[in-house]
Amino acid sequence: MRAFAELLDRLSTTQSRNGKLALLKDYLRSAPDPDRGWALAALTDGLPLRVPLRRSLDVLMADKIDPTLYRLSRDYVGDTAETVALLWPDAARPMDASGANDRGPSLSEIVAALDVPAMHVAPVIGSTLDRLDVRGRWAFLKFIGGAARVGVSSGLAKTAVADAFGLAAGDVLEAWHALSPPYAELFAWAEGRAPRPDATGLPIFRPLMLATPIETADWQTLEPSRVAAEWKWDGIRVQIAATQRALRLYSRTGDDISGAFPEIVAAFSGHDVTLDGELLIVRDGVVAPFNDLQQRLNRKAVTQRQRMTHPAHVRLYDILSAAGEDLRQLPFSARRARLETWFAESAPANADLSTEIAFESFDALASLRADARAAGIEGLMLKRKGSPYLAGRVKGHWYKWKRDALTLDCVLMYAQRGSGKRSSFYSDFTFGVWRGTSAGGRELVPVGKAYSGFTDAELRELDRFVRKSTVDSYGPVRAVEPTLVLEVAFDAVQPSSRHKSGVAMRFPRISRIRWDKPAAEADTIENVLALTGAEPASD
Amino acid sequence: MPAPETWLHPTPAGLYCVPGQFFIDPPRPVDRALITHGHSDHARPGHGAVLATPETIEIMGVRYGPQSAGRFEAARVGHDIDINGVSVRFVPAGHILGSAQIVLKYGGQRIVVSGDYKRTADPTCAPFEVVPCDVFITEATFALPVFRHERAFDEAQRLVASITRQPERAHLLGVYGLGKCQRMLAHIRETGYDAPIYLHGAMQGLTQLYQRLGYGFGDVRPAAEAAGKDLSGALVVCPPSALQDRWSRRFPDPVTAFASGWMRVRGRVRQRGVELPLIVSDHADWPELIDTIVETGASDVWVTHGRDDALVHQLSLMGRKARALALVGFEDEAD
Repeated sequence: MRAFAELLDRLSTTQSRNGKLALLKDYLRSAPDPDRGWALAALTDGLPLRVPLRRSLDVLMADKIDPTLYRLSRDYVGDTAETVALLWPDAARPMDASGANDRGPSLSEIVAALDVPAMHVAPVIGSTLDRLDVRGRWAFLKFIGGAARVGVSSGLAKTAVADAFGLAAGDVLEAWHALSPPYAELFAWAEGRAPRPDATGLPIFRPLMLATPIETADWQTLEPSRVAAEWKWDGIRVQIAATQRALRLYSRTGDDISGAFPEIVAAFSGHDVTLDGELLIVRDGVVAPFNDLQQRLNRKAVTQRQRMTHPAHVRLYDILSAAGEDLRQLPFSARRARLETWFAESAPANADLSTEIAFESFDALASLRADARAAGIEGLMLKRKGSPYLAGRVKGHWYKWKRDALTLDCVLMYAQRGSGKRSSFYSDFTFGVWRGTSAGGRELVPVGKAYSGFTDAELRELDRFVRKSTVDSYGPVRAVEPTLVLEVAFDAVQPSSRHKSGVAMRFPRISRIRWDKPAAEADTIENVLALTGAEPASD
Repeated sequence: MPAPETWLHPTPAGLYCVPGQFFIDPPRPVDRALITHGHSDHARPGHGAVLATPETIEIMGVRYGPQSAGRFEAARVGHDIDINGVSVRFVPAGHILGSAQIVLKYGGQRIVVSGDYKRTADPTCAPFEVVPCDVFITEATFALPVFRHERAFDEAQRLVASITRQPERAHLLGVYGLGKCQRMLAHIRETGYDAPIYLHGAMQGLTQLYQRLGYGFGDVRPAAEAAGKDLSGALVVCPPSALQDRWSRRFPDPVTAFASGWMRVRGRVRQRGVELPLIVSDHADWPELIDTIVETGASDVWVTHGRDDALVHQLSLMGRKARALALVGFEDEAD
């Protein structure tokens, strides 16, 4: 437990990805089995435990502390598990039965001890807390509580496993779905003590093939007859992994999102196939804006009503396996033929095929792309017909050719300090446009926030401007005099209840700093709304 | 016997002793001020006469100059002084160098104005002494049961261990410049760390004062002197605000550490973007506050700046009379 507590504590204050990876690798190499497996579970899929944590802690705290003091403490700390860890009395000097210093329970002891009916959980938690110091108590409660929130994604934890033992990241991701906590087979394989875990017959995640933005030099390497073109849809990339035994719908990063999209699960169940596609909301054949899809994402369960108002649909791009056969080494054109055959035979509901766009020349394609915005399409994908299906963002095979960005001139309103290497710079910028007030004047309302698009030299100039022009500060945020115009490039505008303006930009970045332009000449909310077709929000 | 609040009470100009005709730690210039300690929210310039411990007067001299009060009078610690019929005594508070509680006796009653205080060991100041009293006036900076500070020496060891573990990175330790800075320097030396320690310009004047008064911190150098040198693995002590200031950019991939009681709570650590939080405070934590109040035997407790709600509630559960005293001008944040 001590090593895990130290790991979690240091992860929570380490900003850089490399720093986090180094901590995870050290831990995974040095911690014993099965503890490191349980730790890995806590950072990835969660423990196979259902602990009624909140209720148990309420029971335990009831006779430890006065309710008013407990409430005041919780309000201040903002997190129940952390509050309990801080409030719990320290044991004078924990000793075990043999008289040696108690090193605290191991993670596996904890998992075993908590495998009891819900009503008996509270005393187990209490006696475990008694044996730990304050960092240990916090780590223990985060361990059993599910959400550790130490800035480690499940993907990063899996990368650390690969790095720690010199495995390929793709191999770890593939093997992952044949595994369950505490992953004894994984570590045996990683340390060369056992063969690679066999995921045959299980719906495993195969890392997606990603595209790179097309650059000027790339065109010379491409020939229209050897390239397939498809529309780039504005949804989320998914993988449908179906076997006779089970089906999973994976996000781009390998997270299982099956629970939120039961109609997709139903449509593909019973097949033995791995498909790559775009998850969209489609009503009467028309693709809805990305915002509609967001209403269904990040939900564990979905209501019947949401399924009616926001029907999910998959537009299929590729086929990775069929009937147990791995197709990824086939060239794209051959896979496309297999995809069309499979689709014709299987005819799944809530799905269609991505259209292949016929074109003679890249100029002809360019004019099609010019209309993409009007059609609600993000741009074009260009895929070499001869390329196999490769894991990750490998250059030279698939290209994305996005529609041109929109730009508006906005006024810098607030700046916030960055993190990590940027922690001494004001590097996150909130900007706004003008809106008329009821009194007949004008005010700035925020429309977005950007932290990229500028060079290091420009960042230093922006930082200097912020420090010089500060009119107010709130913690790490500074309000500045509204005098600097930023030309902001963005992909689209969508309705937002979080911004006072009622709209928010998608993918904004700062394309130019207009030191020359007076703030009064920046764009207005009407200019922004013209891009969404919506009415201005009243104040 | 007069009720205590008839002869000592808050006014807009500060806590005022009516028969003694003096203020204690007043936020605005007054004719006569008694100062508990040198922190800037307690000791301010511009008073007609200042009565304080010799060390506090030295600190005010470094901070504001020798002319910053019309007249400085040094109080002999532990001795009674008569001011207009009120007996006044300065007693160590254990907060920082020169910090004192002010004990007032009048009309058969004893009131202790504790200023800021702590009970844990500090190699840079005299320890707190309990004075039995009728009314105890206490701070409440860390008056929530979640606040239990770590041993400062252990935290200094954690800092040194981090330097050993990451010798390629500079370590920036953010601390308040009066008290915490020198206390951490002393504890870091106690761990056996003997490399030079670099000081931000803002920490130098007061550290030199401590040195002049006989406190040694080993090889301590101005950070400016190290300009252009390789500071990999170096320890640099600076004000908390400098951790995220442009000043910090000169150091190679620095580890930012912050020594403060606030570092007990992770939200505060995140807010500051601190990589190595050290839970060291010069204020009493929750158990120390409660224990101290009990030890004084005070039947009436007045709670000044900080989280008075929790402390007043706890004292009422313990059957003691307690109330919040709204005093202006004190900062809760500085620790």
